[in-house]
Amino acid sequence: MSTKKPRWTAVCKIGDILPGTGVCALVEDCHVAVFRLGEDGFYAIDNIDPRSGASVLSRGLVGNLGEHLVVASPLYKNHFDLRTGACLEMPEHSVRAHRVQVRGEAVFVSLSPLS
Amino acid sequence: MKIVLVGHGMVGHKFLEALRQLQFPAADVTVLCEEPRTAYDRVHLSEFFAGKTAEDLSLVEPGFFADTGFDLRLNNRVAAIDRRAKTVTTQDGVTLSYDKLVLATGSYPFVPPVKGSDRGQCFVYRTIEDLEAMKEASAISRKGVVVGGGLLGLECAKALRDLGLETHVVEFAPRLMAVQVDDDGGRILRSKIEALGVQVHTERNTLEITDGRQARHRMVFADGSHLETDMIVFSAGIRPRDELARQNALAVGARGGIAIDDQCRTSDPDIYAIGECAAWRDQTFGLVAPGYEMARIAARQLAGEAGVVFAGADMSTKLKLMGVDVASIGDAHGRTPGCRSFRYTDECKQIYKKIVVSADGKHLLGAVLVGNADEYGTLLQMALNGIALPEAPEFLILPAGDGKARPGLGAHELPDSAQICSCNNVSKGQICTAVAEGATSIGEIKACTKAGATCGGCVPLVTQIMKAEMAKLGMAVTDHLCEHFPHSRQELYHLVRVGGIRSFDELLARHGRGLGCDICKPTAASIFASCWNDFVLKGELASLQDSNDYFLGNIQKDGSYSVVPRMPGGEVTPDGLIAVAQVAKKYGLYTKITGGQRVDLFGARVEQLPLIWEELIAAGFESGHAYGKSLRTVKSCVGSTWCRYGVQDSVGLAVELENRYKGLRAPHKIKFGVSGCTRECAEAQGKDVGIIATERGWNLYVCGNGGMKPRHAELIASDLDKAALVRLIDRFLMFYVRTADRLQRTSTWRDNLEGGLDYLKAVLIDDSLGIGDELERQMQHVVDTYQCEWKTAVTDPGVRRRFRSFVNDPQPDARIVFVEERGQIRPARTDERDPALVATPELST
Ligand code: SRM
Ligand SMILES: Cc1cc2nc3c(=O)[nH]c(=O)nc-3n(C[C@H](O)[C@H](O)[C@H](O)COP(=O)(O)OP(=O)(O)OC[C@H]3O[C@@H](n4cnc5c(N)ncnc54)[C@H](O)[C@@H]3O)c2cc1C
Ligand code: SF4
Ligand code: FES
Repeated sequence: MSTKKPRWTAVCKIGDILPGTGVCALVEDCHVAVFRLGEDGFYAIDNIDPRSGASVLSRGLVGNLGEHLVVASPLYKNHFDLRTGACLEMPEHSVRAHRVQVRGEAVFVSLSPLS
Repeated sequence: MKIVLVGHGMVGHKFLEALRQLQFPAADVTVLCEEPRTAYDRVHLSEFFAGKTAEDLSLVEPGFFADTGFDLRLNNRVAAIDRRAKTVTTQDGVTLSYDKLVLATGSYPFVPPVKGSDRGQCFVYRTIEDLEAMKEASAISRKGVVVGGGLLGLECAKALRDLGLETHVVEFAPRLMAVQVDDDGGRILRSKIEALGVQVHTERNTLEITDGRQARHRMVFADGSHLETDMIVFSAGIRPRDELARQNALAVGARGGIAIDDQCRTSDPDIYAIGECAAWRDQTFGLVAPGYEMARIAARQLAGEAGVVFAGADMSTKLKLMGVDVASIGDAHGRTPGCRSFRYTDECKQIYKKIVVSADGKHLLGAVLVGNADEYGTLLQMALNGIALPEAPEFLILPAGDGKARPGLGAHELPDSAQICSCNNVSKGQICTAVAEGATSIGEIKACTKAGATCGGCVPLVTQIMKAEMAKLGMAVTDHLCEHFPHSRQELYHLVRVGGIRSFDELLARHGRGLGCDICKPTAASIFASCWNDFVLKGELASLQDSNDYFLGNIQKDGSYSVVPRMPGGEVTPDGLIAVAQVAKKYGLYTKITGGQRVDLFGARVEQLPLIWEELIAAGFESGHAYGKSLRTVKSCVGSTWCRYGVQDSVGLAVELENRYKGLRAPHKIKFGVSGCTRECAEAQGKDVGIIATERGWNLYVCGNGGMKPRHAELIASDLDKAALVRLIDRFLMFYVRTADRLQRTSTWRDNLEGGLDYLKAVLIDDSLGIGDELERQMQHVVDTYQCEWKTAVTDPGVRRRFRSFVNDPQPDARIVFVEERGQIRPARTDERDPALVATPELST
């Protein structure tokens, strides 16, 4: 586990993400899906869908399944928990969740290390 | 035990199925079958003309004979029986011995002794070969006559009509279906039949058929009149095939038929007779259900089960003729002493209903329904189960006034023993058991109990019982869309339309809970689109769309998208092709002709999509909606413009229809086909909406499907002119849009529709729900508010900005990698990629 201070990257403005959708940002060469739920709920997970290897998770539909906030992969419709990156149907296909911060109008992402 | 079965018709096969089910290991069974093919569904024979093949009609599951070891011999007519030696001999001279002989020889069509009835182009209506010959003859005929206005005759007349012939029915009696309906019912029936374009001549006794002047034949009647025609079909009743019995001194019934006792045994205890060839207490049965019952009894007798007996059969019937509901139950003519009847006639809507009740008014004895037979299932159950009538039985047939519920028959009132499907002897209890074991759709119930699988008359009641049982078991939840909405898609559609709801937030606030999900969001988006038809990426609507609709392209396995410009009817100019080719070349796209008669360009990255579409739009193309649950393509054949056989301009119509319905959002994708003649090069009968040209107009077929579970489309109307055709398609599509479940193609929707094709026709053609105008208006609204989604998208900077791989970097997605194959690109396989691009990049900490 890294003990370094988190590095924050500014990825876009709040207004760049339509509420209820996601975008893909390049953060230190990583593809990160950043979602906006409602006006001010922001979440980030890896953008790459482990099942297909395609960089597409930001293009999935968001919502909730029970208590999980989720995105459904646009390719095979498996669901990822936006807070943890866990794949609900196939835990072996889980992804990382990253930290998001909003400062003023800007959205920042800090990557979590690979486990 | 050596069992020889003579005849492999419907009843013969049921007998074999019953033997198999009884697991009767000692049986050594030989089947001698006169016809060149194994048993098929004669009840649905007419569907042969509507596109069903001999295979579709087959009753024999694949592998049946291999599994059972029954020895089947086709083309083997039994010519003689030697009862003393216990052998049968076929017409080819082969002799087989038996321990038990089962005769299931059915009936033959009766041809009245009219001089000239043996001329060419005179047919009967019983076997697939008969129909093949008729089909051939119809191609060189203009006019056709059916002799006989009974159940079969009318079915046959409709078939001739659908083959495009000017059709007449000649009936000896003063009314049609004289056995089943009374005079008043007959009058309404006649006008219904005439409305199908079939001309009816009653009280005509044909004396002679001679050469015609304008047509091939001239039929001369006893009253001196005559009728000319090119082909004639005799459907003047059936006679039991009892010749083997007569040759061998087996007893026959007073009016023919091989006499049998309650065990289905003939006067020789080693010989059984079942089905239409048998006479029980001097009565023969021209329906399949009693035959099936005899088959089960004979099989069980042979397997050594004593005590099972045939106890007669219910002869209630329902005509299976599209647009003409006729049913008769029990004592339809009121012949029971002391009985009384109630009648209801509506000469405007052409409806006649009569019920016959017992002298004490407590029980239903019979009924006649013409023009609308919705109550058939209920009334039949009341009559069969002796269920006590309500206080005012007239309300059973009176139309419901101001929202008052009709005194129906709740499924719970039926005893478990009530026979629901008479064709297959399935009781209410068996249906309930099937539900408890997991069958939750009418298709599954059919598959596991066979209820509803033969004449289909019981399907509404079976569905009702299934649903009631599901509710009882707490299974009714299945039609809730998802955890966010305690409603079915159909209910949500109504809530949206009636409530004027235009946003998902409002829909959630008023009727749902939670945040929504990938099921309810696209469903809501599709409903909003079919109701209000706003641009699908406008404001909040964009966030409800599936990736395909969000990017207006189909997502591919590597995250690239496909581009499909619309080519209505599959028609495209050379310049159009050049423009498409130039775009494909410029952006390096993989190019393929689709199965839907157009060109698909693959391998576009999101940021390329608006650029590509700008160029396509400039060249005159529009979105092909290949990504949407919406109209896909209207496939066409070249039609009369070029083809030597074509009778109408199929391409012209296809282009018009594609332009009319393009963009319509629906529960699932919708495909059309238009063929220029019956050769059907556009495969219209495999489409949701299929149109086939006739000499007089267009035949409309609906609810076909290719794909995973192919289903032939069914004919719902014939010889329509274009205006009538479009009106009917408007109604059909909007009714589907309103009532189908999410991701339900028209074929599954139709298979689950309570009341089936008759109901659909009643709604669309007879406007039984009174919503015809409304459906047409709603469709016109969608047509009038059409916009090319790509045109709107590329001209709206806000929307256009969202087409990018990264929100913070203009570079393309480097993970989309192509290699070359057969001169074009394709996505690289894992082993062909740079390993750095395969793994999730390591974090440089
Ligand atoms: C491109 C095409 C194959 C081809 O190379 O020819 C195709 C491609 C796809 N088909 Fe298809 N189908 C194509 C013609 C057909 C046909 C033939 C036809 O339309 O005449 C059928 C059978 C006819 C039918 O639908 O009744 C067909 C039956 C299906 C099915 C099964 C539907 C069913 O009811 O069983 C699916 C799956 C689904 O929709 O759930 C499907 C789904 C798909 C999807 C959308 C799968 C997906 O989600 O990625 C494919 C993506 C298309 C794309 O990327 O553009 N496709 N598909 C054809 C496009 C036609 C067009 O111009 O629009
Ligand atoms: C167009 C049409 C529509 C119908 N609609 C309905 C309906 O809606 N509802 C309903 O209940 N019934 C309907 N029927 C009637 C139903 O089809 C019959 O009741 C049913 O087929 C009777 O079955 P079966 O096995 O007794 O006779 P069949 O099905 O006729 O089978 C008898 C078989 O025995 C063969 N055979 C005869 N003699 C010999 C011999 N000597 N050697 C070898 N083989 C022999 C025949 O070739 C035939 O294949 C309809 C019939 C037709 C033609
Ligand atoms: S369906 Fe008929 S008109 Fe059309 S191409 Fe085929 S043969 Fe010609
Ligand atoms: S009654 Fe004929 S299929 Fe059920």
